[in-house]
Amino acid sequence: MTIQQAQEAAPADGARTTNRPAGRRSKGWTRTQSVLRGVVLGIGAVAFLFPFYYMVIGSLQKKPDQTLAGLIPDPTNLTLDNFAAVNSRISLLSGLLNSGLFTGGVLLCTLVFGVLVGYALAVLEWRGRGATFAIVLLVQVIPFQLLQIPLYVLVARNYGLADNVLGMILPFAINSTAVILFRQYFLQVPRELFEAARIDGARELRLLWSVAIPLVRPALVTGVLLTFIGPWNEFLWPFLITKQADRQPLAVSLANYITSVASSTANPFGAVTAGALVLAVPVVVLFIVFQRYFVSSDLGSGVKG
Amino acid sequence: MTLRQAPATAVASPAAPTPVERIDRQNPNDRLRHRILGRNPLGLLFSTPYLVFVLAVFASPIVYAVWIAFHDFYFAAPGATTSYPFVGFANFVYAFTNAQVIQSFGNVGIFLLINVPLTVVLSLLLAAALNRVIHLRVFLRISFYVPYITASVALVGVWLFLFGGDGLVNSTLGPLAPNPSWLVNQSLAMPVIAIYVTWKQLGFYILLYLAALQNVPKELYEQASTDGAGALRQFWSVTVPGVRPATLLVLLVSTVTGANLFTEPYLLTGGGPNGASNTPVYLMYQLGVEQGLPDVASAIGIVLVIGVLIIAWLQNRFAGGRD
Repeated sequence: MTIQQAQEAAPADGARTTNRPAGRRSKGWTRTQSVLRGVVLGIGAVAFLFPFYYMVIGSLQKKPDQTLAGLIPDPTNLTLDNFAAVNSRISLLSGLLNSGLFTGGVLLCTLVFGVLVGYALAVLEWRGRGATFAIVLLVQVIPFQLLQIPLYVLVARNYGLADNVLGMILPFAINSTAVILFRQYFLQVPRELFEAARIDGARELRLLWSVAIPLVRPALVTGVLLTFIGPWNEFLWPFLITKQADRQPLAVSLANYITSVASSTANPFGAVTAGALVLAVPVVVLFIVFQRYFVSSDLGSGVKG
Repeated sequence: MTLRQAPATAVASPAAPTPVERIDRQNPNDRLRHRILGRNPLGLLFSTPYLVFVLAVFASPIVYAVWIAFHDFYFAAPGATTSYPFVGFANFVYAFTNAQVIQSFGNVGIFLLINVPLTVVLSLLLAAALNRVIHLRVFLRISFYVPYITASVALVGVWLFLFGGDGLVNSTLGPLAPNPSWLVNQSLAMPVIAIYVTWKQLGFYILLYLAALQNVPKELYEQASTDGAGALRQFWSVTVPGVRPATLLVLLVSTVTGANLFTEPYLLTGGGPNGASNTPVYLMYQLGVEQGLPDVASAIGIVLVIGVLIIAWLQNRFAGGRD
């Protein structure tokens, strides 16, 4: 099997179009059905997208218009001042920077640790492999609400990592869903490839770096995408351990703006939606660009474990 | 878990020994090492960072959580000598004789009763419809998933104004608007949060169902159609049983997510009015971090997790089937 074939064997897109035969139903009924389906999907799409549209409209309004008429952009009522208004109270740039550091750190740890253990679980044979895989599955069912208090005590109080990006990253440094995803993909690489490279005298780390990783690139992109939305959107944990405004990721500082500052400003609607837009745009853009890697089969297997 | 059998080395001809054989012949110490550590002891080394983190951020905090819950634990100034006496179930008694705590568990119950069935029905319907669509597939996929991938803080910011006193919803409803308004209404606050979370998470569950729908054998639909079953009948007797494992997963994940509820009540309602939308995790924050009672908060966390486990077990028992 060539490398190319192996790549094709890896599921690049789990959502295949499946056209099921319409059977012996009358044409009229089939048409009614597809119209009905279109209506359901259309209502769904509007319901899902509308708040995003409202976010954009709201962030651009000079004077907040929270009536139905306000949904149509009024050229005389447009402004970018809302971004400046929210930026004057919480620094959007430092928020984005902290979110980026937090997310970047988590991504790096998830990829390095996850690929190493995923490879070991899928390709290598060593004592303790079964037990380690059992641990990977077990960790997934541990709910964060149980860990929240002891982690807060340990990280913020005992280790003194409050208001520190390391403290933020620590509980998210390993991601068992990503481990399972990587393992799944490494299992699909034909074993002969590894055996052949070993006979050529390749060391294990080199094998991983120059044979295995290039073969599972789609899994890495999926892993990055899935991991990215976690820390970027995470609220509870960074909220618990960052109290200093200049150390907070954007999700936390925007939440603080919503709960304590917004009501005392001239246009809270505009300012909050402007902040929300800044927080939402990076992930949405990333998602649209890489959406074909956001695959159902991987996610399903990851969660099912 | 059984270890995989050593792979048949198809590449190596009988004349050329595999690397393993070569090493085994070279040195008896290596053979012993292989027997104890396995063929590739590097695997353990590769897994060490992961295992260390599991120990540091999962295993030890869990043990610590249980320990805290059974001791009189408090935050001390750094360097101060402290003793945390064992108090048995006192923290649990303190927590569950408190009306607020009881109320918060009831609120999660209300939340789950609205959120879980709505999630299962809507995500299966939308996934089944999306599965058969040919045009605009990518657009629909993206639009269904965006709420899921966007930060809850950002979306709550919009919903806050949509459902605010003079927000879009009320100004559209006019005289039909509820009084007091949605988020400050004792009986509407929790349902609005439940609907928000359903909407926000639906994309993820649609994704799960889409994957499951690929595994329903097409022949079943053909057979049903030959037997004269209409679309509704097919959906009910082929699709619904066919995706049952996914349904169980959706039930489990949405229950766990619901029990974890914090961000939405914190930002949308502040847990109010009068605690009508407070949740156990929000209370754990208030008690454990704000009021310096981490021992009581830990006790609440343990009861919450046990409750979730019981619900998950029941769901598995009654929705999982016995096949």
